[in-house]
Amino acid sequence: MRETLDQWDFVVAAYSVAVGGTLALVIWSWLAMIVAERRRDESRRE
Amino acid sequence: MHGFANPARFLRIARWLTPVLLLCGLVLAGGALGWTLVEAPAERLQGETARILPLHVPTAWLGMAGWMVIAAASLSELVWRHPLAGIAARAAALPGAVFCAIALATGSIWGRPAWGTWWVWDGRLTSYLVMLFLYFGYMALSSAVAREGGSTRIPAIYGLVGAINLPIIHYSVTWWNSLHQPPSLTSGGSTMAAAFLVPLLVSTLGFSLLFGGVVLARMRALLAETQTEARLRRMALEA
Repeated sequence: MRETLDQWDFVVAAYSVAVGGTLALVIWSWLAMIVAERRRDESRRE
Repeated sequence: MHGFANPARFLRIARWLTPVLLLCGLVLAGGALGWTLVEAPAERLQGETARILPLHVPTAWLGMAGWMVIAAASLSELVWRHPLAGIAARAAALPGAVFCAIALATGSIWGRPAWGTWWVWDGRLTSYLVMLFLYFGYMALSSAVAREGGSTRIPAIYGLVGAINLPIIHYSVTWWNSLHQPPSLTSGGSTMAAAFLVPLLVSTLGFSLLFGGVVLARMRALLAETQTEARLRRMALEA
């Protein structure tokens, strides 16, 4: 087992946090927009 | 700008602009980060951890840009009563807070090998952390006002007062002794090598387009929710 962290471990951790967080934000915002606009269009048809 | 305050005109533009911004942002940011990971050389002093900077710098910039949008939209709401200004401010709060949190996390991860510590309570880091808490306060306040039907001027005033923190963050590295380095990129030029400067600029453009796309998507969602609630309320009154 390694005693110290390699520099790449920090790089991988930073990319995981940033890319994961950004993708989650983009996907969630897009889906929330689709759902809200579909709900509005359905209420117009009622 | 006043022309975009019309919700119908805004929607006509936002319908095609939202996917364009998101797709271009994903391509540019993904390309720049991929190039930094695979092609860029290790930096002479920082080694491999310099590859974190094209992530940290754009997200740190967007954490501050989010509050600039809130402040500008709040001013617009208070002065001109633009119907979309409050929605724009609410839409910018969540992506601003997310990028602010990512900048703090990636900065901390970069700081451990570079500075030998995850965190220090110096001017830059502390004022940036204060901004994250200001975001939480703004989101809680604007959600409560939207839910309970209070005056939208209250979160607008909060948004303007919170903007005082922006120059404090910017000048903190020159006002106080700090582990955080002064800006490497100014109007006078750059101290960075081209191998890091180019992907940093492309990544900043890509993340900024993603931020714009997310703000537009959230504005469309908030506008649709407002229109649905108004319609349902009208139908209940007519019934």
